[in-house]
Amino acid sequence: MVVLYIVTLLALGVSVVASPSKTWQAIKVAFKKFIHILPAFIIMLILISLVLYALPEKTISTCLARHNQWLGILLAAVLGSITLMPGFIAFPLSGILLKTGVSYTVIATFTTTLMMVGIVTYPIEKAYFGNKVTIIRNIMSLGIALVVALCIGFIFGEFS
Amino acid sequence: MKYKKPSLRISIILTYSLFLFISSVIQFNPGLQIARNFTSFSLQMIKVLPCAFILIGLFETWVHKEHVEKFMGEKSGSMGYALSIVLAGTTVGGLYVAFPVAYSLFRKGARLSYIFTYVGAAAICRIPMTIFEATFLGIKFSIIRLLVSVPLVILSAIWLEFYLKSENYVINNPH
Repeated sequence: MVVLYIVTLLALGVSVVASPSKTWQAIKVAFKKFIHILPAFIIMLILISLVLYALPEKTISTCLARHNQWLGILLAAVLGSITLMPGFIAFPLSGILLKTGVSYTVIATFTTTLMMVGIVTYPIEKAYFGNKVTIIRNIMSLGIALVVALCIGFIFGEFS
Repeated sequence: MKYKKPSLRISIILTYSLFLFISSVIQFNPGLQIARNFTSFSLQMIKVLPCAFILIGLFETWVHKEHVEKFMGEKSGSMGYALSIVLAGTTVGGLYVAFPVAYSLFRKGARLSYIFTYVGAAAICRIPMTIFEATFLGIKFSIIRLLVSVPLVILSAIWLEFYLKSENYVINNPH
């Protein structure tokens, strides 16, 4: 995070030295772009706040800690797709679940769909990519996430 | 000014605000929890978004179309994929930052398959996130995940470009 601020400040500094007017133009571009996408961002935040209320960490943990492997994968895929969680929450949670005996396959399904399939980011993605491409892209991502999870499970010897 | 019917988005935002406002007046617990979720996520994004958009703005004003076309254009070959993945690795935040970047790349003449590779890879290859993943789930886990997912992301991006070829697809500028 600190790196991001340093890089931004450096870039701005170099830009100001090179051309103050172009820098001002860049900031105007940045501001305009941000304002235009802001409503979609707010909708995304609203969706996240509701989804996280409906599905707190505790519920997710209980859902994933099923004994049936395939049911676990299905639930993990659904939960991973509809929620959005920053890495610093998702990975420690996954680490704990792993220690309590949840399989690598289920964990991988959850974390990979969490990264790749975004139902709550739909309002933002739609604004740029349009409806059709957003849907196609997310379905393909879901497929990729499942392949990844099965490969991980296979290599960790969970399908023998 | 022309009268515009309030959009679905505006009505959702207003209903939601009203719900939170009433919840805070009558101390309705689920409403308060939802408000807390909203603020905590907003704060996280406020930390990232200004920097991300300033960098996008600088990119759009300084980087010439010819440069992007040279490195990520129609004839850039496999270097374009490599660059897309490197760019994705250094993307901060998440997909919500990758979409505006994708639009800027598109405007500067980048090829669709590179753009979709970038977006897909931004979900799975971000360096800080991957390091974090490896510390909690093991390096073996992260390596298998990357080795399987990155080629699939590239293949799906190529397919998507092929699929969209006939229909003059454009990435929109949100308004």
